[in-house]
Amino acid sequence: MSQVKNLSSAPPVAMSRPLLGWTLHDSIVIARSTILASFRIPEALFFQLIQPVIFVLLFAYVFGGAIPIPGADPGGAADASLYRQYLMPGIFGQTVAFAAAASTVGLAEAMQKGIIDRYKALPMSQSAALIGNTFANALRQILVLTVLSITGYIVGWRINDGILNAIYAYLLLLLFAYTVTWVGAFVGLSVPNTETANTAGLIWIFPLTFLSNAFVPLDSLPSVLKLFAAYNPVSSLVLATRQLFGNPTGYAPGTEPEFWSLQYPVLYTVISCSVVIGIFAPLAIRKYRTVSRR
Amino acid sequence: MAKDDAVHAEGLVKEFGEVKALNGLDLVVPRGQVVGLLGPNGSGKTTTVRILATLLKPTKGVAYVNGFNVGKQADQVRHSIGLTGQYTAVDEFLTGRENLRMFGDLYHLAPHYVKERSQELLEWFDLIEAAERPAKTYSGGMRRRLDLASSLIAKPSILFLDEPTTGLDPRSRLGMWGVIESLVAEGTTVLLTTQYLEEADKLADDIVVIDHGRVIAHGTAEDLKDQIGGDRIEVTVADLERVRDAQTALAPVFGGESIVSHSMVSGPVSGGSTVLVDVVRLLDSQNITIADLALRRPTLDDVFLSLTGHGAEDENPGKPASGTRRGRNRS
Repeated sequence: MSQVKNLSSAPPVAMSRPLLGWTLHDSIVIARSTILASFRIPEALFFQLIQPVIFVLLFAYVFGGAIPIPGADPGGAADASLYRQYLMPGIFGQTVAFAAAASTVGLAEAMQKGIIDRYKALPMSQSAALIGNTFANALRQILVLTVLSITGYIVGWRINDGILNAIYAYLLLLLFAYTVTWVGAFVGLSVPNTETANTAGLIWIFPLTFLSNAFVPLDSLPSVLKLFAAYNPVSSLVLATRQLFGNPTGYAPGTEPEFWSLQYPVLYTVISCSVVIGIFAPLAIRKYRTVSRR
Repeated sequence: MAKDDAVHAEGLVKEFGEVKALNGLDLVVPRGQVVGLLGPNGSGKTTTVRILATLLKPTKGVAYVNGFNVGKQADQVRHSIGLTGQYTAVDEFLTGRENLRMFGDLYHLAPHYVKERSQELLEWFDLIEAAERPAKTYSGGMRRRLDLASSLIAKPSILFLDEPTTGLDPRSRLGMWGVIESLVAEGTTVLLTTQYLEEADKLADDIVVIDHGRVIAHGTAEDLKDQIGGDRIEVTVADLERVRDAQTALAPVFGGESIVSHSMVSGPVSGGSTVLVDVVRLLDSQNITIADLALRRPTLDDVFLSLTGHGAEDENPGKPASGTRRGRNRS
């Protein structure tokens, strides 16, 4: 190793401060690095993509013929191809919910490895590490949704209501992904180690996604669960995307869902996402300021 | 004046629940100097560095780094420092160059500057061939160098090195020492924590020994060694039967403070190597044959043992329990 010049060479050249402060700049730097890093772990990316594909195939071919879709199945007989149309938005909703797990594991690892300590010793924006991480994980869902849409197309799912509505549907899915990554970030900063993060990151997502209309019509659920499922934002998200993609909604033409959350699914999804971000983003940022490597 | 020093901390107390990690620690690091913070695991070294690097808030006490209050002017402090922690905090999925770019960007440095500086750091730290490989493919020594290079991207005037060579093999450790020495030669102020006495002895101008969250001794390595008494002479006689005679003969040199252990007589001396001549003359006059004769400086191991009653390297089971001051011989 040669002589390291630290002070004796020219002083560092600073960037000029952006008009809106450093938070946006720093968040982009973190998001860029997070995305770059995720492409360096092709096996992790592969499994992140393969899991929803397996779900599609399982539900489409194993349960497809067994679940009748009210309003869609003529004569009440279960029709597997209609179920696949019904199923795909459910899989989309479930898949984006799993974006939270990536944030949980990513932040728990960053904390355990001391990277968060290093960030905190830098003159960077203190919320950028989280904004960047959550944003990157949500953005990664674009790739996931693309792979999933292609799989769906192969098993017979179609976009039936125009490209513009389809874009709204995808944006709604990304908003939901971004929302749950904040919950995931909070969980990741709260767990003591990465081993716990692997479990804690997933454990709440399964009931959240299954206690919804993602795979079965709400009317098939017992009443208490039905009430929970009706106000579960996963249900409103899935119903909204079913409507926007022009897929079967599980309601017969002319019948209305009995809960307002499902009567106005787009509105309810946007409101509940805003509320969850409004609660969990400040919680996660506050947690970030106080955590340090144990 | 507190603000003129690179680091100036007074009465730092840090409580984690019931545990008092720091208990009134005072610390001064003058500009351009290397201060070694020496202590066993759990003595409060890392907590001190974390407070100075703005990662933790002290329960009590006040600290200035580069003249800035660590609590109230955290951002200015962060601009002044580089921190290399005990655990290599680089993103292992990013390449060496990408890591440097990320940290440079987060220091808000101009892109062209970050690019040039990254290149020179990669060259200096012997990482140029590995620059485009993810850091997870690096050896322990390479990761540590990348970590240190990342802390240097903004040319900080003060560097905190928290156990920079823990876990490194001897060759990498020597390499790290070389880098630290060259940074110091250029005027970078360094606060170094270590549990290796040898490391503090080699690198630090000034050593602060801490235990249970407070300073128990402070001075140059030489000062500390003098504190426990000066040099010692160890004479081993060829004939075991005559070891007592040798002790008697050497009474004028050791002043009655000699210890006999097997065939060796040892005791404190003042006056350094000239005393060796006296020892040889006294024993020769009694016809006692000398098998081995050594003058040794007390090591920091001896210092630590006498100050704390326990060894410095906790995990080292080979420490004498009796309190006899026998460290590794060093020439």
